[in-house]
Amino acid sequence: MNQPIIQVKNTTFSYDQAPVLHSISIDIPVGQFIGVIGPNGSGKSTLLKLLGGVLTAGSGNLLFNGTDYLNKNRKQLARSITWVAQDHPMVFPFKVSEIVLMGRHPYLSPFTFEGEEDIDIVRSAMERTQTLQFAHRSFNEISGGEKQRVMIAGAIAQEPEVMILDEPTSALDIKYQIQILNILKELNADKNVTVILAMHDLHLAAKFCDRLILLDHGQVFQDGSPEEVLKKEHIEKVYGVEVHLIRDHDGKIMISPGTLCTQ
Amino acid sequence: MHTMNLNLINRKHYVTTIGLFFLLFLAILLITPMIGPTEIDLGKALSKDIPFSDNVDANILFLARVPRIFLAALTGAALSVAGAVFQSLLRNDLAAPFTLGVSSGAALGAVIAISLGLSYTVLGIPTVPIAAFLGALGAITLVFSLARTRSGEFPTTVLLLAGVTANFFFAAMVMFIHYLSDFTQSFRIVRWLMGGLDITDYKTLLSICPMIVIGFVTLMFISRDLNLMSTGIQSAMSRGVDIVRTQKIGFLMASLLTGTVVAVSGPIGFVGLIVPHIIRLMVGPDLRLLLPASIFFGASFLVLCDTVARTIIAPTEIPVGIITAMLGGPFFVWLLKRPKT
Repeated sequence: MNQPIIQVKNTTFSYDQAPVLHSISIDIPVGQFIGVIGPNGSGKSTLLKLLGGVLTAGSGNLLFNGTDYLNKNRKQLARSITWVAQDHPMVFPFKVSEIVLMGRHPYLSPFTFEGEEDIDIVRSAMERTQTLQFAHRSFNEISGGEKQRVMIAGAIAQEPEVMILDEPTSALDIKYQIQILNILKELNADKNVTVILAMHDLHLAAKFCDRLILLDHGQVFQDGSPEEVLKKEHIEKVYGVEVHLIRDHDGKIMISPGTLCTQ
Repeated sequence: MHTMNLNLINRKHYVTTIGLFFLLFLAILLITPMIGPTEIDLGKALSKDIPFSDNVDANILFLARVPRIFLAALTGAALSVAGAVFQSLLRNDLAAPFTLGVSSGAALGAVIAISLGLSYTVLGIPTVPIAAFLGALGAITLVFSLARTRSGEFPTTVLLLAGVTANFFFAAMVMFIHYLSDFTQSFRIVRWLMGGLDITDYKTLLSICPMIVIGFVTLMFISRDLNLMSTGIQSAMSRGVDIVRTQKIGFLMASLLTGTVVAVSGPIGFVGLIVPHIIRLMVGPDLRLLLPASIFFGASFLVLCDTVARTIIAPTEIPVGIITAMLGGPFFVWLLKRPKT
């Protein structure tokens, strides 16, 4: 078997004194589409920030193709791995096209502007995410779903091998959720980009992901295919609610609440 | 298919835009020396037939107006660039060069020098500007060492709080010293605090030039990193920005620019708030364009303000800090109340 593109080895993380992740070890092979699931506060965002290199582990190592993250400078890391935040507060009125162009930063030297090649890459990233039609608008004026697509376009412009997204669909309606997951799925299929994303909707997670990592209190509770991870006893244990598993028309797992207090 | 024109900054557009701002600056630089309470005969001022010491027109032009205009230009440019950089680093468009305590530190330094009755120059170096510059450096060191985390970053909320605290503390010290000072000192203190461009010579101008040039070039060097920083710290990291390095260089250079001009001109408020906003409305928020445009527009803006200050109730000249503050107050209200998109 080939070397995993990312290896997480015995990684621990604490904010100040409060431990968030306990001795996590995960191997991520090239080209997987991985969903990170778990209750609020289980450590999903923190794990993704560590994987994305925007937080530094308290102990343990993260390796990209066998090299420790810490031995790469920021620009080198950004050409391989990108991380997309959940929300995108913007103080200044940058245009959508300017935000996507910022994805070319790791390839540019100081005192330079983007060249023809950069603009071509940005244009194709914007076509892929269907953001070209509002390229001139101010980022602050567009909707939440559009913002998320613009940030994903910027991430694609980085030409990364691994794309990490923190709950890219949580604040969106079903149309945008599916649109964004399809964009990521296509990217994964066309360019073999490894995708790791945090999700709350377990049905969509089962439908789109090859592999799920279920976190509980900062530890990996289950790691495997959706069929292996989304078992009734696992979900009831971790989320603390009674559930039933049902199947959609594709045979994918859907989670249904066990009891409802309706009168 | 949609239009493929992404309307990006290209070199031609860039050079034209900066060129226009430069022409504006040049025009102001040529016109304003001729404006003043005393009419100047340019032909006479430039005439080689009259000895310079006897040539009143030349004396007014070259010893009073021109150095003052150059000081206004350098000060306006430096404060505008520093303001734009502080706004990006603090991700707050109400931030200004004086937000983090640089000017109040400089004021404390100046006030101490005045109240100690130090002579105007020591070994040819003017004492009050040096003391003011040291005060600015002290304030920067204090605020940044208070806010710095173990990993070497500067969280913006902590920085803002430390800056506001430092501003109040230094202001209290200034008041205390002011209260104890005699009448002559008190007058000098008040005049310094109002900010003015009236006392200057070519030597002072030359002495602040290197620092200002170094500041401009270094900040242009990190301008794209600063763009990314304003979109969020972790997003910027993920796009390849070295946060610790950018914060260090950005805060240090913007503070040094501010400290340098405040030491000579006193705390001239609101320039560093107003100019970046006007330029952002004109050319957009990209600092690669905004910073050079701010240099020329900031310079033009303060030269114009100072021309008003010199002439509005001539022969009395009022400190330019009063003019900028009178413009700045209403502008600040507009910023707060304007419709947000």
